[in-house]
Amino acid sequence: MATPLKDLGKDAIAEKGWFGAHKYLILRRISQIGIIALFLLGPWAGIWILKGNLVSSLVFDTVPLTDPMVFLQMLAAGFVGVGSTAIIGAVIVAVFYYLVGGRVYCSWVCPINIVTDAAHWTRRKLDIRQSAKLKPSIRYYMLALVLVVAFATGSLAYELVNPVSIVNRGLIFGMGFGWAALAAVFLFDLFVARHGWCGHICPMGAFYGLIGAKSQLRVRADGRANCDDCMECYEVCPEAQVIPPAVKSAPDGSPVILSGACTNCGRCIDICPNYVYAFGLRGLALVTPPTIDVQPETGANPQGAVTAKEKQIA
Amino acid sequence: MAAEDRNPGTPLARLASRRKFLADTGKTVAGVGIFGLALGLYSSKTDALPATALRPPGALPEPDFLAACVRCGLCVQDCPYGILKLAELGNDVSTGTPFFTARTGPCEMCEDIPCVPVCPTGALDPKMTDITKSRMGLAVVVDQESCIAFQGLRCEVCFNICPVRGKAITLEYSANKRSGHHALFVPVVYSADCTGCGLCEKACILEEAAIKVLPMRLAKGELGHHYRLGWEQKNQAGEALVTPDVEHKFNLPEGVHYDYSGRGLYVDQPGVPPPAPSPAPGPGAAAPGGSDFPFSANPLDSLNSKMPGAQ
Repeated sequence: MATPLKDLGKDAIAEKGWFGAHKYLILRRISQIGIIALFLLGPWAGIWILKGNLVSSLVFDTVPLTDPMVFLQMLAAGFVGVGSTAIIGAVIVAVFYYLVGGRVYCSWVCPINIVTDAAHWTRRKLDIRQSAKLKPSIRYYMLALVLVVAFATGSLAYELVNPVSIVNRGLIFGMGFGWAALAAVFLFDLFVARHGWCGHICPMGAFYGLIGAKSQLRVRADGRANCDDCMECYEVCPEAQVIPPAVKSAPDGSPVILSGACTNCGRCIDICPNYVYAFGLRGLALVTPPTIDVQPETGANPQGAVTAKEKQIA
Repeated sequence: MAAEDRNPGTPLARLASRRKFLADTGKTVAGVGIFGLALGLYSSKTDALPATALRPPGALPEPDFLAACVRCGLCVQDCPYGILKLAELGNDVSTGTPFFTARTGPCEMCEDIPCVPVCPTGALDPKMTDITKSRMGLAVVVDQESCIAFQGLRCEVCFNICPVRGKAITLEYSANKRSGHHALFVPVVYSADCTGCGLCEKACILEEAAIKVLPMRLAKGELGHHYRLGWEQKNQAGEALVTPDVEHKFNLPEGVHYDYSGRGLYVDQPGVPPPAPSPAPGPGAAAPGGSDFPFSANPLDSLNSKMPGAQ
């Protein structure tokens, strides 16, 4: 039966310990903050491991990395004489995310993710339930719009307001009113729409979702037989619509979370006390789930509970 | 609505779902479109670079630069003098793009130009390898009233600090009319050599610099494209490009002449020498034959011809 919100994560902590139940969350925070720290090591300590910012950088002054979405915007803006460094950099980044999942950028790299996660956490603590009904597909319209505006203005217009690059660049080079952009995203996610920015609006999420739609690294629900419908993964998942096709499909259906919208954040793996989820490859389970004797509570209607909760989330 | 109407198979339900789809799509497109319109307007507002913001050396012309610069800040981090900044949200400069301000931090004109090759996209043109060829702006002596050189005082700081010394800024001498017996040493900037580095503006000793580096679009005038300067055309062609005026012939009786310089018609008189020829016409004019040219090179001669005391 669905776990009450106030008990969220308690079963997982009881089963795996606090660190075990927050493993990927901690690793993601280390990754997100560590990347910014590497960028700051240069200007602050003179140690140039990463130079530039997330939009375009140099690793050890040699390997170029360029955000392929900004690269696309340049082409749309009509700049065709792009330097080879940017092309090589964009290819490296695109191939990386093609393999590990595009939205790994969202949950392991993007600094805004910390902000929207904080908004979601606050939302839960304040028990804010109302949310504007936005369609997750808005982001694809946004992505198209970003390219259209670049074409129409002949400049990287979206980069003027893109909170992702404003915050990342601001931390390294000076924020200006960038804090306002940060606050706007936080307040939007807190009061206007649940998972509003990352799950519905952000065109970068849309772009990286498309890049990584066929990625090899995937969350797999090989232990779905263990699922006792506690619904905790739905509560923590930033893109909860990706779960049911893997967990609740017919027995012969794929247990792999196939949607490109999945950010590979691993919160479902952390929060699940019954080891339903694990990272694996698209065609290969890397972890064998333990068999747990699940005893559904009497009177519970797992299938019905899921449907009701799903509706509430979507 | 009856239950069977909501059954996905019925025509009514299909119509309803089609309506819902169209309404949802319309809402999304309208919302996203309004955002796009606002973004486009905001972007066009920030397209105009403020006059005090100068781009790094080798920057493409501004419209191309805004399409090419990804705002990564690699040029900023590779500037050994730390003069470059990335515009912050709220600055007048397009957010995230690099610029410097001459008065507070001018370009020191490194010979290896480290900010240029590090640019991943070519927004700073990799063909820019000679820093003296860069054109970040153009120094302009904007205020002759406060520049002390124009008051007859010796300053010459801008002249001496200039990295293209003696070419981009020269000192030109003229009489000091105030004292009557001193010279003015006045700085004059030549766009053929000025890189717009801003060292002169930084060095100007005034409270507010009298020499300022302005973006080219503000600093330079431009002659109408149809204009041709006659002397340049003549030099290029090696000869005058207009047909010389045909020498004017008067049908005068024998022994009667016409003096163009004012005497008018006269008749040869034995024993009296012919009058001195009129002043030679200017070098650009058509070559007339001898004193028979009908006009003086000096138009005042004709105007004054009837005045008492005229030649």
